Amino acid sequence: MIFLELFIGFLKVGFFAFGGAYGAIPLIRDVVLSYGWLDDEMMTYMIAVSESTPGPIMVNLATYVGSSQAGIIGSFIATFAVVIPSFFITILVSVLLKAVLKNPYVQAVLRGLKPCIIGIILATGAYMIFKNGFVMREGAMQIRPLLLTAALAAVYYGSRKMRKGGLTPIMLICIAAAAGVVVYGI
Amino acid sequence: MSILLELFLTFAKIGMFTFGGGYAMIALIENTCVTKKQWITHDEMMNCTVIAESTPGPIAINCATFVGYKHGGYAGALAATVGMVLPSFCIIYVISRFFDRFLEITWFAHAFQGIKIAVGILIVDAGLKMLKKMQKKPLPRAIVACTFAAMLLIDIFSVRISSITLMLTAGLVSLLLFVSKNRTAGNPSAKGGDGK
Repeated sequence: MIFLELFIGFLKVGFFAFGGAYGAIPLIRDVVLSYGWLDDEMMTYMIAVSESTPGPIMVNLATYVGSSQAGIIGSFIATFAVVIPSFFITILVSVLLKAVLKNPYVQAVLRGLKPCIIGIILATGAYMIFKNGFVMREGAMQIRPLLLTAALAAVYYGSRKMRKGGLTPIMLICIAAAAGVVVYGI
Repeated sequence: MSILLELFLTFAKIGMFTFGGGYAMIALIENTCVTKKQWITHDEMMNCTVIAESTPGPIAINCATFVGYKHGGYAGALAATVGMVLPSFCIIYVISRFFDRFLEITWFAHAFQGIKIAVGILIVDAGLKMLKKMQKKPLPRAIVACTFAAMLLIDIFSVRISSITLMLTAGLVSLLLFVSKNRTAGNPSAKGGDGK
């Protein structure tokens, strides 16, 4: 039953996605790959699309996955499921339980969660760079992905030296798209 | 204009025009809801940020729900949240209908070959930024190192362990250490609330 799977999968995401969009990406990847909804390649594309379109990244990903699996109803169910935990938890916390967040035991759990999320984000990003940048084909290292990885990293971090703040994620995605067209086109 | 309609339209506008996810939105929400419309105070906005960071889910949703609730009760919370979600839902739904067909165009597919590399860089960069802001203490450092290694192995060998398991473990370890530290110190609240 795809509707139920979508609902449960994205409810999990909504419940465990601490740390904003980047905290959610590893989790969504996890859920989406384990249900086999998208392959890793398509998942990475959709992360880029979600970053380049307005709105919460988690909502964008949920809408896309839902729609790709089960049309408009699927996209509605997935979006609903990803939003509903934070909706109720926020109301609960702002109405009755503000003290809960100050509770030392809750703080202790959160203190453990934060570094854990950082570790998960770093590992996911490192794995993606490794997988997309170091491509072996017929026993030979592919030169184009390697070149693109080095160039994009240099541009992104170099831009910080040139002006404060550097490139925004959307700008980097646009540059990467142009670079992809050029490098793979010739 | 009724409060509910105004909440809905305001958050729809925020949802439609902010790129880059939750943290980018906080600045805009502060500007709109605190400075311009004065729906909530600056202190309440700070509270909202803390709640958004310590509770799960999209940060933008946490903020919309919070502001909507403060200004218009339960119905307000609903109006603001639906307003926040609706624009991106519509945009992504339309994209999802056409995306596969676009990928069949050669140059479009090439562009995404480049883009997928940028995505990895952006994710690592987001992680590094969070790492910089983290408390420089042995325990958080150890947790970062352990989860990094574990998650990388899980990815490389495609082990079926969810990142949720890692998070539950880290939360539990931190809680147990806190409890045992208090027991030896004999004062349950001495160290409380110093997190962040």
